[in-house]
Amino acid sequence: MGEIGRSIPRLDAKDKVCGTAKYTEDLCPAYALTAKIYHATVANGWVKRIDIEKALAVAGVVAVFTCMDVPQLPFATAGHPWSTDPGHRDVADRLLLNRRVRFYGDDIAVVVAVDEIAAARGLRAIQVEYEEEPAALTPEQAMDMAAAGASPLHEQFADNILGRSQYQEGEWPCSTKGLIAAKGRYVCQGVQHCHLESAVSFAWQEGDKITLVSSTQIPHIVRRVVGQALGLPWGKIRVIKPYIGGGFGNKQDVLTEPLNAWLAQKLPGRTIKLCLSREEVFFATRIRHPMTIDIETLADRQGVLVARSYSAVACQGAYASHGHGVTANGMTAFRDMYRQSQALRQQAITVYCNAPAAGAMRGYGIPQETFATEANMDDLALALGMDPIDLRLKNMMEPGFQDPVTGITCHSSGLKECLRQGAAIIDWQSKRQAYVGQTGPRRRGVGMALFCYKTGVYPLSLETSSARMTLNQDGSIQLHLGATEIGQGGDTVFAQMAAEACGMDTADIHVVSFQDTDVAPYDSGAYASRQTYVTGMAIQKTARLLSEKILAYAADLSGIAAGDLRIQGRDVVKQDDGQPVISLAALAEEAFYSLENSEHISAQTTNHCRSNTFAFGCSFVEIEVDMPLGQIQVLQAVNLHDSGKLINPALAKAQVHGGMSMALGYGLSERLIFHPQSGKMLNGNFLDYKLATALDTPDLQAAFVETQDPTGPFGNKALGEPPALSLAPALRNALLHATGVKINQLPLEPQRLTAAFRQAGLLEGGEDHV
Amino acid sequence: MFDIQEYTAAASLADALNRLAERPDWKIIAGGSDVLIKIREGKWAGCSLLSIHGLPELSGVHMDEQGCIEIRPLTTFAQAAADPLIGSRLSILAQGAASAGGPQLRRLATVGGNICNGAPSADTAPALLCLNAVLDLRAAGKSRTLPLAEFYLGPGKTALEAGELLCGIRIAKEDYQGYRGCYYKYSQRRAMDIANISCALWLKSVDGAIADIRLAMGVAAPTPIRLPQSEQALLGLPLEQGRRRIASLVRQEIQPRDSWRASREFRLQIAGEIAARCFAAAC
Ligand SMILES: Cc1cc2nc3c(=O)[nH]c(=O)nc-3n(C[C@H](O)[C@H](O)[C@H](O)COP(=O)(O)OP(=O)(O)OC[C@H]3O[C@@H](n4cnc5c(N)ncnc54)[C@H](O)[C@@H]3O)c2cc1C
Repeated sequence: MGEIGRSIPRLDAKDKVCGTAKYTEDLCPAYALTAKIYHATVANGWVKRIDIEKALAVAGVVAVFTCMDVPQLPFATAGHPWSTDPGHRDVADRLLLNRRVRFYGDDIAVVVAVDEIAAARGLRAIQVEYEEEPAALTPEQAMDMAAAGASPLHEQFADNILGRSQYQEGEWPCSTKGLIAAKGRYVCQGVQHCHLESAVSFAWQEGDKITLVSSTQIPHIVRRVVGQALGLPWGKIRVIKPYIGGGFGNKQDVLTEPLNAWLAQKLPGRTIKLCLSREEVFFATRIRHPMTIDIETLADRQGVLVARSYSAVACQGAYASHGHGVTANGMTAFRDMYRQSQALRQQAITVYCNAPAAGAMRGYGIPQETFATEANMDDLALALGMDPIDLRLKNMMEPGFQDPVTGITCHSSGLKECLRQGAAIIDWQSKRQAYVGQTGPRRRGVGMALFCYKTGVYPLSLETSSARMTLNQDGSIQLHLGATEIGQGGDTVFAQMAAEACGMDTADIHVVSFQDTDVAPYDSGAYASRQTYVTGMAIQKTARLLSEKILAYAADLSGIAAGDLRIQGRDVVKQDDGQPVISLAALAEEAFYSLENSEHISAQTTNHCRSNTFAFGCSFVEIEVDMPLGQIQVLQAVNLHDSGKLINPALAKAQVHGGMSMALGYGLSERLIFHPQSGKMLNGNFLDYKLATALDTPDLQAAFVETQDPTGPFGNKALGEPPALSLAPALRNALLHATGVKINQLPLEPQRLTAAFRQAGLLEGGEDHV
Repeated sequence: MFDIQEYTAAASLADALNRLAERPDWKIIAGGSDVLIKIREGKWAGCSLLSIHGLPELSGVHMDEQGCIEIRPLTTFAQAAADPLIGSRLSILAQGAASAGGPQLRRLATVGGNICNGAPSADTAPALLCLNAVLDLRAAGKSRTLPLAEFYLGPGKTALEAGELLCGIRIAKEDYQGYRGCYYKYSQRRAMDIANISCALWLKSVDGAIADIRLAMGVAAPTPIRLPQSEQALLGLPLEQGRRRIASLVRQEIQPRDSWRASREFRLQIAGEIAARCFAAAC
């Protein structure tokens, strides 16, 4: 029917622009009580004593609960499907409030009050005595301290190491004679998701059932984790997910929902809202893993890679969350992107330390890996005297490649064409030449970087998705999903896919956008870059079943065999000549109100996706560097993507713009800063955390090379996370081209740049104040 | 929600001064863009507010017969940036006002609030220091004038006494006539950011030489400052020499702080560079 590939406007666009869309706080009744969390002011130690008497005496304070009161049921928060195999479960290392303080800002008490002001006054009246231990703020410190006998963050991990992986192929060359080497340490910083809507929920208990309305990407997982944290049967928890103002992976974690549900249980009949401030979102939710990656690559003089090694150390922070899975994911991408003729050596560890917990964030370990790998590839190209694109073309993944561990196969690749088009758009050849040998304080450069990205999580994790479709009295269809719209445009493409699969118009598919775990079919939620792929399959399967049922009913009415009928727009028509047989509206009216054979026609299926596929893409940038001021101006930035068939090209473009803007901040300006002794986050607010503003953002260009992936339900592959991957290393490589200076640490912020330029002797008059 | 005990809007300047005399502990609120932040942070939680917002006696930009320009404190950044008197005669002040925050902030925040808040990064301060601005400070039954340079005592600390209200900022004709200048705000973002370091330069040249130069910086010290030694060293130099010498003079004179927001070394690098760029732009 051609519903796929159409740039229809988002279904939720008008409501979101006009302010009629309902988010969690819009739905929270005005009479709700407010809860505010008391956060630890030491980074490591124990709460010895906590005095809440004065807080309880504050006018308007209803209750105060502390880490001494909570159930002793450790729970895991990662937004993964539950594993029936205990060996594969996420690490359960948190309580609702923690006596054992593991980072500056840990949750240790909570005040419930009639409003925010009373709650804040209550917080200020709480007095805590700690038994303080020296803090380990980095993986190195945490491993050293554990080795020296200090008590680990979590007893079950005596060395503070949460996870480690290793992989090896072939023999490392004993002699590097005739080989060219590129070796570097690449350092990636911690950043925060900065979704506009806070982490917010409200909850109440009626009878013995707790209802929780929450801004989450994963309502079904929230239900399970709340049940586990409170020791309640999961069926007694109901989670409702309204529109959400961004998540980017932070809300693929169970955040304050269990605490909020517990408060509802403690104060039955009261509705309690728990909304974090922006500052709390920064330090008390999740961040992207800081990672230090060492890479060594050996190539022959023709630029064929011979041996590659990769070693990553990730900073987990205080709690496991998604943990080592993120670090290990980066390792896989390194293995997959390029071939080598002789040897591959990989290792990665993830280490607990006294810092905010790292979790899922758009790209899941790959932005770090891509920065390191792509910087190293440019270093190698420089050492070889080779064009960076040629080097990549010689060694990158080709169709047919299969990952030796996961078995994930390259079914389709438009990467070569992406590179060709990107080079043409940025005028690569002539600019690479033109910018050689520049002098003066302002210099220009062009750079590029590429990536591969796994669409889903199969075979690492369960990929179950369900859909339900019900026929309405007017012949339109209600589409119920467990998968969530989180701002990415999911609902719109879900409707397009359902319409395509039934042969109807998208306008006649009504997506039930708010998930309610009491009625929404099971899906683990919106995460990875898998929604259109995994949920698309469930939608396709369900739509086919529904069509069969509709056609069977039409066959009964018309006497024409179901096999000779099909749905076309608003009608059931004859298969061969397209002659209308009955309109869907008339059929539905009969089905609902028939005196002979009434039936509510509906279909529900579960799809267990057992495939995965690689999406690809690259970034090209041109920059001008103002060296004395340490500033990079992006003159042009373009991302090119092979995401298979695009369901909605306009939405795809918007997705790329958003991802690029995230990568721009990662590359140039964003970084979380901590006090070197206390471990307190110093810049957790929008003034001091340098998220780019509109004026700092150049025109973001997006282009696509469409392939037809044989495994995607409609030929489609990943697009959610890929746009955030390759821009940061492309900027770094452009800086190298412009100045000859290798900066291997993100972000490429002015202070780092001027220091490096001074060291390289590129700043005039640098000596007169040293 | 803001934790505010009591709130009153003054009906007139006289009313404001009387109320302040009675309740000197009340905080004055103009645009509120600093006050509300302090309340939200808890620093001023539970305070009471006296609003001077919209008082006509404290609004507007005027010039008297002697050519003295008075900027009343409630002049917003947006008004200051667009005002013809300021634009044509006090260009560096217009630039400073235009560099603050974003469009919403500039319509809300006032020049008076910017000065009284006492921040070393205040974007109108370097320009007003170059312009030798004099403050008109009044309390019930009293008034005094004070040069802006003497108003700043330390970070967030000013000479404003309890019960006192800033009622005008005056700039004499000889402090602007014949000068050209430039304000450079160096920050990590192009909007919605505070300066890592900022520089205002006010220059009068005669026959290709520096006849007078005033140089002021933000975030180079605990308060916005003038750089008298650099000014002295540059005075009388041919413009070309001045252009070459200014960066190192500035770097020798200032003592910026090492902080997690920016290192001392970085601030020195930037300070010299932006001073040189201001100079080039003013020539
Ligand atoms: C988002 C945002 C961005 C910002 N960006 C910038 C920026 O780029 N550059 C910059 O310099 N500042 C910036 N600021 C800070 C602030 O906006 C300015 O300092 C502004 O000038 C304050 O003016 P106001 O009228 O809002 O002051 P208020 O908050 O009302 O008052 C500030 C202080 O001055 C006192 N006060 C105000 N008027 C008088 C008076 N007439 N007499 C005596 N005392 C008085 C108040 O009691 C208070 O202590 C920003 C603030 C925000 C919230």
